[in-house]
Amino acid sequence: MSAQIGLTPQGDHGRAYWAVADCWNLVRRSLTHYRRQPVYILWMLGFPVVSVLLYGYVFGSAMKVPGGGDYREFLMPGMFAMTMAFGFINTAVAFVTDSSKGVNDRFRSMPMAPSAVVTGRGVGDMITACAELAILALTALLIGWRADAGLPAALTAFGLLLLLRFSLIWVGVWLGLLVPGPEQAGNLFAVAFPLTMISSVFVAPSLMPDWLGAVAAWNPVSATVTATRELFGNPVANGGSWPEEHALLLSVAWPAAITLVFVPLAVRRFQRLSR
Amino acid sequence: MTEYAVRAEAIRKRYGDTYALDGFDLAVRTGTVHGLLGPNGAGKTTAVRALATLLKLDGGRATVAGVDVSRDPRGVRSLIGLTGQYAAVDEILTGRQNLEMFGRLFHLGGRRAALRAGELLERFDLVEAADKGVGGYSGGMRRRLDLAASMILAPRVLFLDEPTTGLDPRGRGEVWDAVRSLVANGTTVLLTTQYLDEADKLASHITLIDQGRAIADDTPAELKNTVGGDLIEVVVYESRELPAAAQVLARVASAPPGTDPETRRVHAPVADRVAALTEVARELRDRGIAVEDIGLRRPSLDDVFLRLTGRRTEAAPAPEKTEVAA
Repeated sequence: MSAQIGLTPQGDHGRAYWAVADCWNLVRRSLTHYRRQPVYILWMLGFPVVSVLLYGYVFGSAMKVPGGGDYREFLMPGMFAMTMAFGFINTAVAFVTDSSKGVNDRFRSMPMAPSAVVTGRGVGDMITACAELAILALTALLIGWRADAGLPAALTAFGLLLLLRFSLIWVGVWLGLLVPGPEQAGNLFAVAFPLTMISSVFVAPSLMPDWLGAVAAWNPVSATVTATRELFGNPVANGGSWPEEHALLLSVAWPAAITLVFVPLAVRRFQRLSR
Repeated sequence: MTEYAVRAEAIRKRYGDTYALDGFDLAVRTGTVHGLLGPNGAGKTTAVRALATLLKLDGGRATVAGVDVSRDPRGVRSLIGLTGQYAAVDEILTGRQNLEMFGRLFHLGGRRAALRAGELLERFDLVEAADKGVGGYSGGMRRRLDLAASMILAPRVLFLDEPTTGLDPRGRGEVWDAVRSLVANGTTVLLTTQYLDEADKLASHITLIDQGRAIADDTPAELKNTVGGDLIEVVVYESRELPAAAQVLARVASAPPGTDPETRRVHAPVADRVAALTEVARELRDRGIAVEDIGLRRPSLDDVFLRLTGRRTEAAPAPEKTEVAA
């Protein structure tokens, strides 16, 4: 019955070609999800806007930036970085949902490139991250935030934010392979929230108790926040500690270190599925 | 074409100190439905996952459509379809989008993937729901879509791991019809199931698996003959009268009777059905044993399993799902 279609796979391409093609097919799947669920786009638009209003105007009215400057100008790079940092939960939830429904097993039983299961997820999540940043930046511009240090510096800052998100994809994939179900992956918020709060996202570490300030200053999220504040020309509230003085270096070093640690962990977990 | 679509020779799969597969043998004839039956934790799912290249073997040798599972897993993957215990489809996408995505991932290219999706939607009676989200599908529809996705490349061998678990009778019927039509088109099916009647209905050959080993391999009819003909079954009112009732049955039975105190049931295979029934009925009345029910029945595969292992198929402690997570 299928003679007229011909079901022989296109065989005249190498493995590298299929690794890219299969990855792209799974990226298309992620993008189709947004098209099929417009509510999710509304949520994606709504959450940053509400967060900016909530933190910027409700809490922001009581906030002072050490060393002077507008709190909302100070806050925006923090919001950008926080959104990137929370992203690993989306990666983990999407991955574990596929695993628990047997979709990943189906992929693995097919003659496609096994790596595409991970790379497709990663590329799709990076595209989502770009969209999230664009929406956040537009919201920020509307409430008066400006990147005063010029376009190249601003683009570098967005690059650093995406670098943080990229490194956390691997944490997300690893966690997605580790946790038993989507519900548990959702609970990761309970861990992610304090981990993100104990940073310079909302408050300068120099205003915190010494020990907490030290933890906050060394937080990888803080490195990205402080570096992007500098690059956007926003108030930095530099407390003078080593990690704050070397934020630009750390904003590259931390994601690099996270990637170096979690890529092998995620790959090993993925291969362990065959055991 | 090879005579056996699936062959496993003494395959082993170890988890910690226990062997989920412990020298398991299997030979599935090309073009047939072969049932793989056993209690939970017997190794059914492990066997299917290993043959479908999802798990690496720790020993033994297996071929699917003549291709070695360990040496050329990629080669095997283009010849098989797998339908696991869950309907492995994307619930946000539509049925058509699912099949087109899987078709592209089977490397058919966009145009052929779309044509094939249309063809399969028609064949599995999903045309009306084709452009609706799978999240709104019934259990039977999801399973049919799942089967359709496994059939995209018209695989030589289709692995069905408990394809009807969790479905209502109507959904099960739908899946059975789909499986029958696949086999009519030349696909070989290896089927695992918890439902003995399901294997009885679909499979021409059955392998019973217990503790990672094949303990019997035959046609359903022959397996039932090993029990020794039809069974006489008596349900007594008082379980303390079970031994006495068993004595009565033993006089006419061709094998020692089995008792089940929980259901107050005693049963035994008999050669001469009617003579045995009348004699047992008279003897029970003479001895004053109160009987709730008495009758003859064809042996089920459960009886075969009980006879071979001394245990019932349902009475298994470890659920097989833990193997999946391991």
